Amino acid sequence: MALNGNLRDFTVTQLLNLVNLASKTGTLVIEGPNETAEVSFRGGKLAYAMIGRENGSLASILHQGKRLSANQYRAIQQRAGHVSDKELGLMLINAGYLSQEDILLTLQKSFRGVVRDLFTWVEGFFHFENNKLPPDDKISVRLDLENLIIEGSRQLREWEQLQEEIPSLEMALKFADRPGADLKNVNLSVEEWRVVSYITPKNKISQIAKTTKMDDIEIRRIVYGLIQAGLIEITQPEGVKPKLAKDMFPTQDVKEQKSLVNRLINRIGSI
Amino acid sequence: MQTVKMVVTGPFSSGKTEFIGSVSEIDVVATERKISGAGEKEVKDATTVAMDFGRITVDEDLVLYLFGTPGQKRFDFMWEILSEGMLGFIVMIDSARPETFREARSILQTFRAYAPTPYVVAANKQDVDDAWEVEDMRNALRLDPKIKLLPCVATDLKSVKSVLLELLYSILAEMDTGA
Repeated sequence: MALNGNLRDFTVTQLLNLVNLASKTGTLVIEGPNETAEVSFRGGKLAYAMIGRENGSLASILHQGKRLSANQYRAIQQRAGHVSDKELGLMLINAGYLSQEDILLTLQKSFRGVVRDLFTWVEGFFHFENNKLPPDDKISVRLDLENLIIEGSRQLREWEQLQEEIPSLEMALKFADRPGADLKNVNLSVEEWRVVSYITPKNKISQIAKTTKMDDIEIRRIVYGLIQAGLIEITQPEGVKPKLAKDMFPTQDVKEQKSLVNRLINRIGSI
Repeated sequence: MQTVKMVVTGPFSSGKTEFIGSVSEIDVVATERKISGAGEKEVKDATTVAMDFGRITVDEDLVLYLFGTPGQKRFDFMWEILSEGMLGFIVMIDSARPETFREARSILQTFRAYAPTPYVVAANKQDVDDAWEVEDMRNALRLDPKIKLLPCVATDLKSVKSVLLELLYSILAEMDTGA
């Protein structure tokens, strides 16, 4: 049976569990709201992972993993841009720049990172292409999925809790009216400061997330932390407040609306 | 005939059905089913799965409908449907079950996001020995001082009337602010 569906019904953690239990070989393609990810498995083990527009070349992964300097990376791109990943790996090992272990560990770290990112995806469609593996020139690894699944389950629980705490990102934030609280005395991370700098009832949480380039879980995590610390509060976005819903009254005439509410007050008062 | 509606929401077993039942002129049209979950069964035997429905006839031209939402999270798809066109909403909270406060806050925020309608929070079961003080609840729920948090006993008509009236006063006040 074809393995395809929607992440709302079947989470990434559940998908990994299924691949693991069935020792599947193939590629899981997940089309998220903004990009597409491809994760390949061989016999139920993680073999390769890449997210959409990322440059998934070995040189790029080694550079991001700080195994190659910016100059080395540039030089490889200029002189060996046409060389396959496997050939490049061999060249680096033979030249004594890196060991085989260095390369494999960096790739494992990068692929794990991709899967961790996928745990935050809650919207999107997926399908599994049986027996499809990454191209031969790519270096694949063999990573057990169990630890990733446990990590994913933890993250899912966190996600559920955060969603419960902050169900809508279409609300705004304001600083808490606490005379004692002083942001200068609080140790905030760089990310928290970035969010704090945009806090005003004019900005919705979703707008802050977009501006600071944070995904849903990152922004919720930071907002939740700041709320727990009593520094900020959730509020209606500015401009929305006095606007009552248009369809709440059966009439658009304000006088009639007021008369209607007064009749309700009289009636309930007389029960 | 004009009709308006108010929504009574809140966590599982917070007293929504009782609240509507106390003031409705008809027997509450309830969609209750026996509870299957062991943890929830300890709290009560049956729960609302779609909605509760009560009615107050104001005069020959106007009727107020009261809708109670299902409290269990898995029926939350009903919330948005029920909130359409509501005059305002009441968030019921069981004052004696602090473990539900977080969920209550989440429900409150969800409803605030659905529609910019006025609301009040009812601290229900204030007649129970273990009930939290209203002001302690305000702190625990991190409610803005401007939001009305009202002591309530959902089985007591006078108490229910008082909550409904406070919501109506809030609606009038917001209409004045809007104007």
